[in-house]
Amino acid sequence: MDQFTINLLFVGASFALYIGIAIWARAGSTSEFYAAGRGVHPVTNGMATAADWMSAASFIGMAGLIAFTGYDNSTFLMGWTGGYVLLALLLAPYLRKFGKFTVSEFIGDRFYSPTARIVAVICLIVASTTYVIGQMTGVGVAFGRFLEISNTSGLLIGACVVFAYAVFGGMKGVTYTQVAQYVVLIMAYTIPAVFISLQLTGNPIPALGLFGETAAAGGEGSVYLLQKLDQVVTELGFASYTEAHKDNLNMVLFTLSLMIGTAGLPHVIMRFFTVPKVSDARWSAGWALVFIALLYLTAPAVGAMARLNITNLMWPNGTANEAVSVEAIQNDSEYNWMLTWQKTGLLDWEDKNGDGKIQYYNDKSDAMAEKAAANGWEGNELTKFNRDILVLANPEIASLPSWVIGLVAAGGLAAALSTAAGLLLAISSAVSHDLLKGQLTPNMSEKSELLSARIAMAVAIGVATILGLNPPGFAAQTVALAFGLAAASIFPALMMGIFSKRVNNVGAVSGMLAGLGFTLVYIFLHKGWLFIAGTNSFPDTVDGSLLGIQSTAIGAVGALINFAVAYIVSMSTADTPQDIKDLVESVRVPAGAGGAVDH
Amino acid sequence: MADQSTHTKAAADGAGYWTANIRIIVISLIIWALVSFGFGILLRPMISGISVGGTDLGFWFAQQGSILVFLALIFFYAWRMNKLDREYGVEED
Repeated sequence: MDQFTINLLFVGASFALYIGIAIWARAGSTSEFYAAGRGVHPVTNGMATAADWMSAASFIGMAGLIAFTGYDNSTFLMGWTGGYVLLALLLAPYLRKFGKFTVSEFIGDRFYSPTARIVAVICLIVASTTYVIGQMTGVGVAFGRFLEISNTSGLLIGACVVFAYAVFGGMKGVTYTQVAQYVVLIMAYTIPAVFISLQLTGNPIPALGLFGETAAAGGEGSVYLLQKLDQVVTELGFASYTEAHKDNLNMVLFTLSLMIGTAGLPHVIMRFFTVPKVSDARWSAGWALVFIALLYLTAPAVGAMARLNITNLMWPNGTANEAVSVEAIQNDSEYNWMLTWQKTGLLDWEDKNGDGKIQYYNDKSDAMAEKAAANGWEGNELTKFNRDILVLANPEIASLPSWVIGLVAAGGLAAALSTAAGLLLAISSAVSHDLLKGQLTPNMSEKSELLSARIAMAVAIGVATILGLNPPGFAAQTVALAFGLAAASIFPALMMGIFSKRVNNVGAVSGMLAGLGFTLVYIFLHKGWLFIAGTNSFPDTVDGSLLGIQSTAIGAVGALINFAVAYIVSMSTADTPQDIKDLVESVRVPAGAGGAVDH
Repeated sequence: MADQSTHTKAAADGAGYWTANIRIIVISLIIWALVSFGFGILLRPMISGISVGGTDLGFWFAQQGSILVFLALIFFYAWRMNKLDREYGVEED
């Protein structure tokens, strides 16, 4: 059986499983569609949250970004886990106590203003749609590879699958399907990592193998994996793996943006509405992080080990000797992955100096210029290596058995699909439940509410697909922008709604608008308006940026602006009414939480 | 539901409960910031003398250590708050 058939089998079997579960648990009433009747156990909920949360960005994108920069991209690891602390301590239990279905319902009620609710819906739609663009990028890479077609065709097929899948069921279908998806994706992520860790360090736990020893160059004695990696990458003119190369300000702001954004993303917060009790909401956040940490502790090992394996393949006799030959890439089985990935257009090489070898090095480094001139190299010949292919190509790079490659295919798609489905659900409930039913057409029937929810899903996925064809960055970077937007708009409003009795309707609305507006404009100035390439006014680098802060890190500043504006405006306008102060009091204590409040 | 005297007592207890909660949150968030922004980024040069598996302690905190501390913090908070709920009698039925 060839690899293509095996991939199709794994992907097909996992899809059959998810769809089977979705049909078995098909949503009936609107209450079930949104919040699964509030009957979900904290561990189950934690696992589903983890699947929902770990998207194409975590599964497909993150390790690739870490692999090619090392320490500097630790920000993704800290940012996407640290947000759960904020969620567990500052939001989850109180929002569960509040006892409604959506984030914007809380904002609308707490700030006693339909305008606040509509503004929250807009913030939520902007952040979620940006997030779906990142997912579609990952979906395109995954489908492109496994169907052995171009990235663009992969994206279009992927969009159809995501849509069909998300329309199938509501949250209940999604909750149990996501438990299955979690199991598939975590196996797909860790099994190849265990194999690779054993190959390189002899340690079956990749998280420990990262700090373990590996065979030294030349095969004599052993050396720490990270030291060896630092040595080989610097020999090729790249920045060292373990040292810091980014300024502290951008690292801190970027990490903070991801953390606050995590706690402000509606599809994650919605999860905490579905547990039976307030105390369960506290535990649920912990369980979610346990399941997330299994992947996040493995990811830095996957990145480091893949980088080492790639370097070894490109320089099979060590960096001081001859590079790999074009002939070997064409014929040797261990280079097969390069040929298959070349078809997607995401990996490419070119023998620029015609010596029959492919020299992979950093041609931007001054130190390498001299060596290159002496050896007759005419630039880096591994001309294209899209970061998003690293995790999916990883088992092939390490020459693992073909069933492992099929499993990773299924896992990557599970990650992208589960999150895309969760986000589409958040968008559709925002439009149908908050905007239409809540404000514009309060008398609409349950049937037309479900219909409008599905139309909203279709529109969202259409927009995301069009923008996903020319994404503003690699999957994880695009997703980071979504976090910045959520950080600047939703999180501050939720937190102030719980921790302050003084912040009023006008304050919250101006805060959200200021935070979202500032962040969105700053991102568009650097990434192009509506992410259309070439329309940006500033280059997207630290030095070239407007405030010396990269667009991915600006969300933290937007959040500060939101807090400041909301506070100042509230202090200079009327105090909140007594019934709102009572509402805040009641949200703060768990007693009397009760069951779901149906509409 | 409740008569006037227990209602007033509940309100006074409610304030105490909330103050205690805020204190636990603040302490937890100080630790949260210390391990990530502190040891993982800003204070990394200060603890670079301590080596871990071929690199320094700050690198470990940035890539793994902070995540483990986050986990401990959330479970500690859940446990502590469920205890506090009972101490103040505000737990769910």
